[in-house]
Amino acid sequence: MKTFSPGRIAFVSFCALVLLFLILPVLIIVPMSFSSARFLTFPPPSLSLRWYREYVDNPAWMQATQVTLTVAIFTVLIATPLGVAAAYAISQSKLRIMRLVHATLLLPLVVPIIITAVGIFFVYARVGLVATMPGLVLANVMLGLPYVVISVVAGLRSFDATQEMVARSLGMNRLRSFFAVTLPQIKASVIAGAIFAFISAMDETIVALFISGGQYQPLTKRMFTALRDEIDPTIASISTLMTAASFLLVLVASLRQRKDA
Amino acid sequence: MLALVSPALLVMVLLIVIPVGWLAWQSIYHDGFTLENYQRILGEDIYWRSFALTFEISLLVTLLALLLGYPVAYAANAVSKGRSVVILALVVLPFWTSVLVRAYAWLALLQRTGVINQLLQYLGIIHEPLALVHNTFGTVVATVHILLPFMVLPLYAAMQKIPPDLMQAGASLGAGPAHAFWRIFLPLSLPGVLAGSTLVFVLCLGFYITPELLGGGRTVMVSMLVSRNVELYNQWGAASAVGVVLLISVLVIFSAVSRFVPLDRVLGQK
Repeated sequence: MKTFSPGRIAFVSFCALVLLFLILPVLIIVPMSFSSARFLTFPPPSLSLRWYREYVDNPAWMQATQVTLTVAIFTVLIATPLGVAAAYAISQSKLRIMRLVHATLLLPLVVPIIITAVGIFFVYARVGLVATMPGLVLANVMLGLPYVVISVVAGLRSFDATQEMVARSLGMNRLRSFFAVTLPQIKASVIAGAIFAFISAMDETIVALFISGGQYQPLTKRMFTALRDEIDPTIASISTLMTAASFLLVLVASLRQRKDA
Repeated sequence: MLALVSPALLVMVLLIVIPVGWLAWQSIYHDGFTLENYQRILGEDIYWRSFALTFEISLLVTLLALLLGYPVAYAANAVSKGRSVVILALVVLPFWTSVLVRAYAWLALLQRTGVINQLLQYLGIIHEPLALVHNTFGTVVATVHILLPFMVLPLYAAMQKIPPDLMQAGASLGAGPAHAFWRIFLPLSLPGVLAGSTLVFVLCLGFYITPELLGGGRTVMVSMLVSRNVELYNQWGAASAVGVVLLISVLVIFSAVSRFVPLDRVLGQK
């Protein structure tokens, strides 16, 4: 019963325009990054890898890339086990206080990031963690934890806890039964949580603006500073790479989740 | 069980509870208790105007996001599963692109020599480039773009819960499609409207990157007030007080709305 009334056509084109509005800015950076011109002109004069070379040949960008990757990897390595342990406790325990604990672990999503950033800056300034690697990693662990907790709590909701009780009644201790029975079944949500924590650390900008400095400045901070001064097309190449990395990781996460379901 | 949560909890206490608590303390204590910082917010024009502007922009962004997001969520809910996956993917993908990258993209699209101005000039619609960015307009466009997924996803989730039979029942009782939509579908989708609007509004209140990069220094939103007081003027007390007012606004809105819709589930969508 498909009818092509004017109303329907208007509705479909409106939705198409909104979707275009959503996706176009994300895609526009790709041709920009491969253009040989300093300014975006249509059509691009010619294709070139000039801005990618500029990025790779610049020691400051390379150092920032290294900082970003190091921070993101350490964030995942720390936030994932902490988040999984917390999510397990939250979903198994019937203690009243767990509701409060759960809410506390989601605080970074509720508190406006600028407030968190300034607060951390005040504390770091007192204890000497400003412009250090541990300071940057710790802040990102805090910001990434909610993603792990949310993902794993959701994974555990569809997991039948009696299976673990069976394993324990057969003589396994709690730890072993967790690793042998529970973890394999919630693996996809753990991986998804870890990937989201990685992306969160890779994209994080505002806290880094306040607490990072010297040789420990992540990509986003350098990009932000560069954007405030003038538009350097090198940022298009970096943005394209960052976006490609995010999309790839999200794709991996969603494929794993589908496999699990 | 408490031992299992304690490492994660410790991270939260050290890195967000204490820092934000300290910020709040600093706003009222400086060599003795003082309300000076709050009096300044009430007294000085810059602060007042910034708060008013932030609420205005947030309201505008929320309305625009609802206007653009509702039809998309409706379409995603109404079409076949395969198409709905495509629509949702297009909504979610920008979600996972760095806010900074998206702000940059908008800068490239909207600036004087940007794509949109060039296209409009090429088509002969305009002769002089329009001032599309470094003002409130550019800030609002980019902010709507960044926050739109936070509107569409709760809307879609709410619409998924509406049984399709209800519309059919309405139709069999003689309601035309428009009538059935206004009397059945729209009221049932209101929890999604409320959840999405709250989320967009609250997130917009604290936005920093887009007004800073696309506002051209004239669109001073509250978060910029906080950062300028810290970075430029070294006024930690003033920055803290502004931050506390912002935080309280956010918490009040969240707790008021969470009486009607479970926001914790909505928050987890990113």
